[in-house]
Amino acid sequence: MELLAFGDTGWGDELFYATLMTIAVSITAMFIGFLFALIFTPLKLSKNKFLNFIANSYTTIIRGVPELLVIYLFFFGGTGAVMFVASIFGYNEYIEINAFITGAFAIGIISGAYSTEVFRGAIQSIDNGQFEAANVLGLNKFGKFFKIILPQTLRLAIPNLSNVWQITLKDTSLISVTGLVEIMRQSYIAAGSTRDPLFFYSFAAVLYLLLTFVSMKLINRLEVRYSRGY
Amino acid sequence: MDLELMINSFPKLLNAAVITLKLLSVSLIIGLFIGLFFAILRLNKNILINRFAYGYSYVFRGTPLLVQIFIIYFGLGQIEYLRSTVLWVILKEPYWCAIIAFALNTGAYTSEILRSAFQTIKPGIIEAGKSLGISNKVIFYKIQIPIAIRQSLPAYGNEIILMMKGTSLASTVTIMDLTGVAKYIISTTFKPIEVFIVAGGIYLFMTFIIHNVIKFLEKKYSFN
Repeated sequence: MELLAFGDTGWGDELFYATLMTIAVSITAMFIGFLFALIFTPLKLSKNKFLNFIANSYTTIIRGVPELLVIYLFFFGGTGAVMFVASIFGYNEYIEINAFITGAFAIGIISGAYSTEVFRGAIQSIDNGQFEAANVLGLNKFGKFFKIILPQTLRLAIPNLSNVWQITLKDTSLISVTGLVEIMRQSYIAAGSTRDPLFFYSFAAVLYLLLTFVSMKLINRLEVRYSRGY
Repeated sequence: MDLELMINSFPKLLNAAVITLKLLSVSLIIGLFIGLFFAILRLNKNILINRFAYGYSYVFRGTPLLVQIFIIYFGLGQIEYLRSTVLWVILKEPYWCAIIAFALNTGAYTSEILRSAFQTIKPGIIEAGKSLGISNKVIFYKIQIPIAIRQSLPAYGNEIILMMKGTSLASTVTIMDLTGVAKYIISTTFKPIEVFIVAGGIYLFMTFIIHNVIKFLEKKYSFN
């Protein structure tokens, strides 16, 4: 137990901050994923073949290639890409991108592919009559989307989005390879310096279980809230 | 774009893909047995057995695969007692540690897939078997299992693809699988995009094959 003490003698406070870091990266990645879904879901549903092709390539590639490979691409390639863009604007100094941003972006792109599929499925399963009824009521595009389509989409999407959240949360453990100090990285450091890997990795497992358990409880509440009236 | 590097690294990555496929197939076979075993436990009416099986699948589905590999590879070696047993022959090899972790992980997901497949079998089918005088054992092996396999094919196909992506984590315990070799080439040449295209292409090709094989099987075993 003294291994988990807070302060200089134990790893309690370090692991606590690492857990906060995991939560922060997961939420950021999920949010970036939503932004990607916001762009690619309309492309997927569009009647234009070319736009369809772009969106399908995105989801197919991301869902068919290991997460770790995507993270390596961003970890090794991210700096180069940003420096290339900067050099166009005449800035030639070395730019180092923060591990948090690289990691959240890599996981976000992965999470976005899953979210896109979820939103596509949810919108497609909304009855056509709802769209027609909205037209008949004379709602404009925004009213139609925000007042009629979105609330129903959310109800259908939340159970599947909770799966995406679980995947995203677990995927953040892979960012540890880039050196960002989240749960996995902190356990690795602690295990190395105390030579007690069994304890620290088991404790990391417990922390992840706790995170998934608590977030599931919260999402269940949301689910109840959005299925009022059904 | 460095085409020469892409062409040169292709055979190396292809060789590494063989290791990925080996890891995948061995852990899937072991995982299928684990999954079937726990799915049957889940159908048991004894609450204790039921809870145990549920706990297994909850823990393995609720924690990252990376943690599971690290516990088995780095953690178990720490137990002095284990080092003196026969098990140590297996546990000191990163290859087998990875396979144990993968098999336990996919076993947890497979048990959930099979459980829900068993539960969706209509009771009438089992009753029909009983009224024909078929023994419970034969009903299980000849009626329930084939229907459950058919029911779970789409979900299991997804699981195979997820597991194939999961095998990339073997590279974190020094195994030179497709991702391991890709990372090595990236870190020696600093050409991440080229290597990603080739390695990612090989992964996508494997996903494509698995996807189509499952689709074919689904058609073959469909009811109509």
